[in-house]
Amino acid sequence: MHDIAAAFATSFGLILTLDQGLVEIVLRSLQVSLLAVGAAAIVGLPLGAAVALLRFPGRRAVAILLSSLMGLPPVVVGLIVYLLLSRAGPLGVLGLLFTPSAMVAAQFVLVTPIVAALARQVVEDLWAEYEEQLRSLGAGPRRAIATLLWDGRFSLMTALLAGFGRASAEVGAVMIVGGNIDHVTRVMTTAIALETSKGDLALALGLGLILIALSLLVNGAAFVVRDLARSGA
Amino acid sequence: MTIAPASILPLRLDGVCYDAGGKRLVDGVSLAFAAGPRTLILGPNGAGKSLLLRLAHGLLAPTAGLVLWQGPDARNAGRHQAMVFQRPVMLRRSAAANIDYALRLRGVPRDSRRPRVEEALERAGLERFAGTPARALSIGEQQRLALARAWATLPQVLFLDEPTASLDPAATWAVEGIIDAIHRAGTKIVMTTHDLAQARRLADDIVFLNHGRVVEQGTAERFFASPRTPEAAAFIAGTLRW
Ligand SMILES: Nc1ncnc2c1ncn2[C@@H]1O[C@H](COP(=O)(O)OP(=O)(O)OP(=O)(O)O)[C@@H](O)[C@H]1O
Ligand SMILES: [Mg+2]
Repeated sequence: MHDIAAAFATSFGLILTLDQGLVEIVLRSLQVSLLAVGAAAIVGLPLGAAVALLRFPGRRAVAILLSSLMGLPPVVVGLIVYLLLSRAGPLGVLGLLFTPSAMVAAQFVLVTPIVAALARQVVEDLWAEYEEQLRSLGAGPRRAIATLLWDGRFSLMTALLAGFGRASAEVGAVMIVGGNIDHVTRVMTTAIALETSKGDLALALGLGLILIALSLLVNGAAFVVRDLARSGA
Repeated sequence: MTIAPASILPLRLDGVCYDAGGKRLVDGVSLAFAAGPRTLILGPNGAGKSLLLRLAHGLLAPTAGLVLWQGPDARNAGRHQAMVFQRPVMLRRSAAANIDYALRLRGVPRDSRRPRVEEALERAGLERFAGTPARALSIGEQQRLALARAWATLPQVLFLDEPTASLDPAATWAVEGIIDAIHRAGTKIVMTTHDLAQARRLADDIVFLNHGRVVEQGTAERFFASPRTPEAAAFIAGTLRW
């Protein structure tokens, strides 16, 4: 009991003094997850919109696939990306395994289906409302997609926040492809997993608190965005 | 001064049919729309008025029959017509941005868009809502904005689907005023309504539709003074049953 109280005290100390080790890990986590979500947005938003709007054979199957990929287990994604990037794998020549890039890649795979599936839903609903009006105004497919993405921006932002929440909280994928190497690939979740088992509860707790704060922030932002969307802006 | 562009009119519908759900909803409609007079498509709920407008505007492809733009500029028919829907569809942006969007799609350069947006808002009496999110406006205001948006593109033909169906008398009066101004500015008005009083106020020509068929057509004067069919007579008397 005493140990835990001491650990809490130390962890607050680490946070308040902006402990260098802690800050480094937090920044790396943010960097990896933000890059992954950014890439997922670039691929996932147009992909979701395309599946919503284009009529091609197997469209429904793709929509279902995207939805089911939303729940991919991070460890499995980690394993697949590991196999792709490992020395003997097809992308082994890139030498990316156990680098932050590999972690970005793994989280990208994890998050893209989430962004794409949510974007498809948003765009499809909006299209049902807009289709005739946009066609009447003379919008071609490309213009229509851009319009739907822009007008659905608040809902789509919620999708990106959901993706970021998932990326920053997962541990399995980044652990496998990053390896939790100190000063290189250690992020909040892997550090918590490792330091806890090593007995350094203070650092683990400190990072845990920051992770919780981050999650609250993301959810709070999602609420704000939703309110903005309702206001009809 | 700008030279008036070549017309896309007249528009001819030739034996136009539309089927859905195993039913013939529009049945062998043949009509001609010439530039000038306001044509009102009159008929009870479910007569097929909205479908007919969509077919004419090109949003629906007829199951059978032809929709033909026959004017010298028929090639560009798409960009010289506009439609205002029974339920206004507003983009999630400001009132001004809604109009600006329509102009951008018509290829109006940025510099000339601004004054045209302002002018359109002013004509619809919506200047003070320029920066307001369009979807925060009341239905009546949205309907006026939809009209302003359509008008801003200076269409040769404007299809209006019951633009006053859900409006109170004051808003109806305002919308009718805008429609009148658009007409006087030279745009061909093709409008549906089930409101007889409105048809009397606005119509030059009447097309009377029932069960997806054209029952009667002609000048408004003739139609109201001496309907030729029992159905039209019953509709005018308010005793049409279906
Ligand atoms: N996609 C569809 N599938 C089946 N039936 C349809 C479809 N679209 C329209 N209908 C039917 O066709 C008929 C004509 O519809 P339409 O909307 O053109 O009527 P309307 O004259 O505009 O009526 P209102 O005055 O109520 O607006 C209606 O009975 C409607 O239920
Ligand atoms: Mg209708």
